[in-house]
Amino acid sequence: MRYIKFLLVGFVFGIVLTKAEAVSWYRIYEMFQFDSFHMYGIIGVAVMTGVIGVQIIKRKQLKDINGATIIIPDKEKGTFRYWIGGLIFGLGWAMVGACPGPIFILLGTGFMSVGLVLIGALLGTFIYGCIKDYLPH
Amino acid sequence: MDVIMGTWHWSISGFLIGMVMLLLIYFGKGFGMSSNLRSLCSMTGVGKKIAFFDWDWKSQRWNLVVVLGAMMGGFVAKNYLSNDTIVQINPVTIEKLEKLHIEAPQAKLLPDAMFGNTVFTEPKMLLVLILGGFLIGFGSRYAGGCTSGHAITGLSAFQGQSLKAVIGFFVGGLLMAHFILPLLF
Repeated sequence: MRYIKFLLVGFVFGIVLTKAEAVSWYRIYEMFQFDSFHMYGIIGVAVMTGVIGVQIIKRKQLKDINGATIIIPDKEKGTFRYWIGGLIFGLGWAMVGACPGPIFILLGTGFMSVGLVLIGALLGTFIYGCIKDYLPH
Repeated sequence: MDVIMGTWHWSISGFLIGMVMLLLIYFGKGFGMSSNLRSLCSMTGVGKKIAFFDWDWKSQRWNLVVVLGAMMGGFVAKNYLSNDTIVQINPVTIEKLEKLHIEAPQAKLLPDAMFGNTVFTEPKMLLVLILGGFLIGFGSRYAGGCTSGHAITGLSAFQGQSLKAVIGFFVGGLLMAHFILPLLF
């Protein structure tokens, strides 16, 4: 039962991303062609909502559902990993028009071919795990 | 009913995505979808051989439940909450797509040219889909996060590291959309 809230949040997330068409290859292509404000609007408003929420959490030192003070951990310092890792991710994002969330959501909507994207993503994650110690971060 | 059944406005959608992130933080967790790829790899037991997958993925089961919910949400949204007015992209974009031999959306989320069931018999398309996935999986782990972890959560918390990653996402995306896709199609 303690998992039900996560199932519900996921359910809402899946509906919103599908109805916003953020899972659509077409919308991602259109965004990278600068032909529409739609995706920029979505990401912009999501970040604005997040900024306001995070500021409220920090200033009022709000507690989470378990009563612990909420701490949002800082990202590790790094250079290569963010620039190069980000660039590689971006290439894939624009190629198949999906990021990790939408890969799963599209599978849920019934696109069997997206299973190939998932296989590729698992393979990419696996290879990173194998060679990470040899990569500059 | 188009407000519900058609394309949701970006302002409503963006607000709800922001709330999903804040809700997960309130639950004592965080918003990060690509971590699930690492969990799925670890579930196979490869952690015995590769240290990166030898971690407490069971503590991340909640995130796999989020994914399961998201898949169900996608199913409901596509089958019960959509009409034939969705995915109305810019006509200029449609002209560009014609040159790539990719058909107009016509109320479809994904182009048949890339995601239709015929791709299973087209070696080139199989490769494109698997390679695209590979770049997403490799890149998100290398960068330590994807759109949810860096673009939404990281930028919301003013993380400079995330800003680098997000700039990387866009540079990579622009290179692909403007220079590499035209070579592929």
